[in-house]
Amino acid sequence: MSAATKAIEAGHIWTFPGGIHPPERKDRSNTTPIEVLPLAKQFIVPIKQHSGPVGDLMVTVGDTVKAGQPLTQVGINNALPVHAPTSGTVSAIGPGRIAHPSGLTDTVITIDADGNDEFYSFAPLADYTSLSRAELLDRIRQAGVAGLGGAGFPTAQKLALQRPLDYLIINGVECEPYISADDRLMREHAQTIIDGTEILLHIAGCEKALIAIEANKPEAIAAFEALLPNYPQLALRVVPTKYPSGGEKQLIQLLTGRQVPSRGLPIDVGLVMQNVGTAYAVAQAILNGKPLIERVVTVTGDNIAKPGNYWVRIGTTVAELLNHCGFEPVADSKQEQRVIMGGPMMGFTLPDLDVPVVKITNCILVPSNQELAPAAEEMNCIRCGACADVCPAQLLPQQMQWLAKAKDYDGLEQQNLFDCIECGACAYVCPSEIPLVHYYRKAKAEIRNIAREKAKAEVARERFEARQERLEREKQERLERHRKAAEARKKAQAEAVAQGGDNPQDAVQAAIARAKARKAAQAAAAAKQNQEGDDE
Amino acid sequence: MTFKIAASPHTHQRRTTQQVMRWVYLALIPGVLAQTYFFGFGVYIQLALALLTAWVAEGLCMRMRGRPIGHAWQDHTAIVTAVLLAVSIPALAPWWIIVMGTAFAIVVVKHVYGGVGQNLFNPAMAGYVLLLVSFPVQMTSWPIPAELAQIQVSITDTLNLIFTGFTSAGYNLEQLRMGIDGMTMATPLDSLRNDLNHQLTLTEALTKPVFGDIAGIGWAWVNLAFLAGGLVLIKQKIISWHIPGGMLVGLLVPAAIYWLFNPDQAITPMLHLLSGATMLGAFFIATDPVTAATSNKGRWVFGLLVGFIVFAIRTWGGYPDAVAFAVLLANMCVPVIDRYTQPIAYGHGGRS
Repeated sequence: MSAATKAIEAGHIWTFPGGIHPPERKDRSNTTPIEVLPLAKQFIVPIKQHSGPVGDLMVTVGDTVKAGQPLTQVGINNALPVHAPTSGTVSAIGPGRIAHPSGLTDTVITIDADGNDEFYSFAPLADYTSLSRAELLDRIRQAGVAGLGGAGFPTAQKLALQRPLDYLIINGVECEPYISADDRLMREHAQTIIDGTEILLHIAGCEKALIAIEANKPEAIAAFEALLPNYPQLALRVVPTKYPSGGEKQLIQLLTGRQVPSRGLPIDVGLVMQNVGTAYAVAQAILNGKPLIERVVTVTGDNIAKPGNYWVRIGTTVAELLNHCGFEPVADSKQEQRVIMGGPMMGFTLPDLDVPVVKITNCILVPSNQELAPAAEEMNCIRCGACADVCPAQLLPQQMQWLAKAKDYDGLEQQNLFDCIECGACAYVCPSEIPLVHYYRKAKAEIRNIAREKAKAEVARERFEARQERLEREKQERLERHRKAAEARKKAQAEAVAQGGDNPQDAVQAAIARAKARKAAQAAAAAKQNQEGDDE
Repeated sequence: MTFKIAASPHTHQRRTTQQVMRWVYLALIPGVLAQTYFFGFGVYIQLALALLTAWVAEGLCMRMRGRPIGHAWQDHTAIVTAVLLAVSIPALAPWWIIVMGTAFAIVVVKHVYGGVGQNLFNPAMAGYVLLLVSFPVQMTSWPIPAELAQIQVSITDTLNLIFTGFTSAGYNLEQLRMGIDGMTMATPLDSLRNDLNHQLTLTEALTKPVFGDIAGIGWAWVNLAFLAGGLVLIKQKIISWHIPGGMLVGLLVPAAIYWLFNPDQAITPMLHLLSGATMLGAFFIATDPVTAATSNKGRWVFGLLVGFIVFAIRTWGGYPDAVAFAVLLANMCVPVIDRYTQPIAYGHGGRS
């Protein structure tokens, strides 16, 4: 065992550079148990809720569905299905607003609830070890499980990579301020999370899991400490409270001292990470056969009368959820109220409340402008370097900011723009209130666009060249054919002459001579006529 | 019902540029008080002149550039430039010295390059160097410490000296700078460099009254006061320790080695540290974020370079002090330093 592995085993916690300590404000939502949100009358289920392609539709308008019934199919390339959140009728399928920073539309399935909440039949599994790895992965896929921590990466896809693994890391850090969904889930469902972790270990063929929890969640830590003595293959790691210690790359650095290579994956350093919510969903999928149709959502902020955590069926609109939590939108002409999906550091604002809660929605934050003051006017950068001091990726945000403003994309790549995890620590400390992350996102999008255009142009050029080549080739072939035909003809003639037959060439010569004679005769006749005319 | 759209993060640590700058000039107070104690009230008049000039120059420049004037006044960067220049020049220098220097710093060094954050050179030090090369006499005529002076200068006389060149009793600055022996007193560094150049040994040179016990009467205390203010800035995380640390090490190490080999012809390390503009330079001038290197490693290199240039010019150069030159020369090297000290980003083979 190497010294590094020994240190990991011994529970050593490394550090990562930078990081910030924004006010946590988690106590507003984490003191009460998770409450079940009453069923809504209507649900909106976007068919794309994970990163990857979507599955084919399995229902049409007018179909009746039951809770947990798949609405789309598992497809190629890890296309995950979505499921009906409750029983009812499919009333519409078509474009609808989805929870995305852009406010874009995508295909959504609208379900009018019948109020009975009848469940589809699930197949519980007594002994999951009796199934093969492929069968277990398929079960996870069928249940539509995607990373609940934020990115929505298909869980089965992460586990399907057949590479040697040192550790599975279960991420219960939840470092974003305000959010306490994972915290409450860990306090109340530690056993199910552990069950899920065991299943994940089994599928991944890995021997040990590290469960990481931030030090500011003593109750969650206690819940795991009470259970873990029975599970020698699971170890608890308490990480210091610092944002963004829950970022995948940062947590890996904290627990193992390793760094995921740039543009690589955790598996490149022998690790796989899953969120605690995902572990819970996997346990539900494997043990109970239950698909992912609900999740815990934190609803918090000064303008929420009843902050707390709620079991919310996926597809519930934000309006419905906030209505239940006592949010009264005040009509104000200046539109100063923000409704944030996600946390204050990385969440995005919603233009209206008709968008549904999806698999990756962990928080709805409705702050007052006193607690989270709106961004002030952007001033000039004074290169103070506060951003570089807090950057967990060891980038130079101020340099990238100049380059992004100057659209110097080569320079940005040199500054490793794509290693930016968009945690927002730089913008949080910037004394000039420069929306740094916004500039990086824009630059990244533009660089991706340029690359796409370039790839397109490249394809077009290749096609054009191929066509030119084909035309040229066809022309050459045609000429060659003509040449050969002419040669064959000549050869045949020569042979015919040699054999004493008529030379077709002679006939031609004779015909030409005849034509010439006729022309001369005509000319002579015409001249004579003219002569006679003049004489008269 | 529509809601406000904003880019993440939605929360912000409220430390504005203005607050940062305010800390910087507030941390200069101990140094200013020490200067007043030893060199009289002149520094306040210089401060007032510098601030007024900076305010007017900043406003005019913003107006000519068609930018909101309030913006520039609000960020307080011009105040810092003005204060730094005012404490750097001799307290009794004529009024047009500070006015010219400040105007140059704000108009040419700052705004011609595009305003705050865009300048290549430290404005206060570029202004200082312009004055030093143009008006060497006025710029090196420091008043002698009060306890050595024959004639004590009152507030009215200070005003008279700065604006007319003479006190009410008709003395000019040269006469006031004479010691008991009738010789004009230079600053400790100036006096030492002259004497060493005139083949005196260090021990002989240090017998002059201007030296006192530690590193020159007054000068040592002024430096210690700037050091105290600088430590407050580090504690408040306004500046990082890398630049001051680098500069002091870059100055002290070569100075100590040189002194060990030439104990009688070299400026002592103590005098290097506590005389001239060493501490002011290390904590307040070289740390100007706009013109210094970017990463912590780069700042360390930048500091070392400034320190070494200060040592080199004080030892072999033609000027008694060298902080301003050193800072400007190091400013020029910043792009190169930045190029070679870029931190290894996460996932690029660095070690945890």
